[in-house]
Amino acid sequence: MANANLRTLLTPIVDGNPITLQILGICSALAVTTSLSTALTMSIALTTVAVAASLVVSLIRHHVPTSIRLIVQLTIIASMVIVVDQILKAYAYELSQRLSIFVGLIITNCVVLARAEGFAMRNPPLPSALDALGNGLGYSLILMIVGTIREFFGAGTLFGHAMVTTVDAGGWFQPLGLMLLAPSAFFIIAMLIWALRTWKPEQVEEAEFRLRTGNRGR
Amino acid sequence: MADLNPISWWKRFLALPNDSSTKTFLVAFIVASVSAVAVAVTAISLKPLQEENIAREREQRMADMLASVPGLADILGDAEADSLQTRIVDLASGTFDDSIDAGTFDVAAAAADPARSVALPAEEDIAGIGRKPTHAPVHLLRRDGELKLLVIPGWAAGYSSTIRAYVALEADLNTIAAVSVYEQADTPGLGSRIAEPAWLSLWAGKQVADDTGTIRIQVARGPAANEFEVDGITGATRSTTGVANIVRFWLGPLGFGPFIDNLREGKV
Repeated sequence: MANANLRTLLTPIVDGNPITLQILGICSALAVTTSLSTALTMSIALTTVAVAASLVVSLIRHHVPTSIRLIVQLTIIASMVIVVDQILKAYAYELSQRLSIFVGLIITNCVVLARAEGFAMRNPPLPSALDALGNGLGYSLILMIVGTIREFFGAGTLFGHAMVTTVDAGGWFQPLGLMLLAPSAFFIIAMLIWALRTWKPEQVEEAEFRLRTGNRGR
Repeated sequence: MADLNPISWWKRFLALPNDSSTKTFLVAFIVASVSAVAVAVTAISLKPLQEENIAREREQRMADMLASVPGLADILGDAEADSLQTRIVDLASGTFDDSIDAGTFDVAAAAADPARSVALPAEEDIAGIGRKPTHAPVHLLRRDGELKLLVIPGWAAGYSSTIRAYVALEADLNTIAAVSVYEQADTPGLGSRIAEPAWLSLWAGKQVADDTGTIRIQVARGPAANEFEVDGITGATRSTTGVANIVRFWLGPLGFGPFIDNLREGKV
């Protein structure tokens, strides 16, 4: 039993990672990874919401009518997101300014809803919470990796502390402005997926169609 | 006799088949109520802390800006000097209106309130803000009764957000002492550079209007060519223009222009 729980917790971190395997939560992963501190805050906020929402959904799962189950889940998730957002505004004002609307948009983050609908609705509270925690950590892992790469190459800092001296400050390091823009996160996440699927080929999806070879169009 | 025990009611409710309409309605109602209470309690209990944060941020920006003006630290540190004084100005007449308490006046809220603001015709609305408040605060720094610094708040549309800033004028009311952007959400890394001290410091010493009184200050495309121009930022044209529009609009005839004229002529 303990083993099963541990597996529930660990599987989503690498083998079933919400971003690289399930390709969920990409939008927020692009938006908040320009610096590590925003990526970390977003990771904590999302993991908290995911665990709390899965726990509550799992607790009431036997009494949720099928016809309104999605809206019930969304109501629960949305209220928790607002609570987290309000807490951030009260205790971490500067960070919440930098995260702007993205904490609010956790509501629409598929990672949370997918865990509530796909796992918590059919499993007891403890495994549901662990599953959500695992997915939250998997999401956080990717955010931290992307955040590290983007902040280091884009600004030469990590968590706002200068790692190398930039040209502006009289050093040699020329920051790569592209890293601070959204497309760079696409490239980094794509390369992470590529690397991960080379390491673990079982994650490669079946091709839905084959590229046609031959001389058509010539 | 009907069963009035709430616990047995609750049990009967739970025992209802999940797909019955009664249960569907009740579950929806209970989930909505519990969520609403949770959200309301958090929002209301944290409100004072959040407002404190916003006020602190604004004061911090003001303090940073004042500290960046050359020579001002001496004036502020001087025991003889009066501290920064905040008063409310009636924008249309350009006079002080002391019937409004400057300590609690929120200019952003006033600008959104139809009773305390006026709509701007599109051709005059160079800042792209739609409405302007009838009253706005000014901050005055005097020493020995003589005006040393005038700080006005202003805002304008940037690229993807509203830019809010303080503009500080020197005693001649035409030389910019400092500009400080305290709120913006333009593109990180491009437009957001307007809030960086390196660019904002370029504004210090620039002239707002020429000898004929025409407002000429603007952001140049590329390096600045004269004392009415500030260097642009590549890739942030609309954000930097937004900051210039703050200065142009709020020091212009629809903004604090009448007040500044009165101040210059000693009428207020």
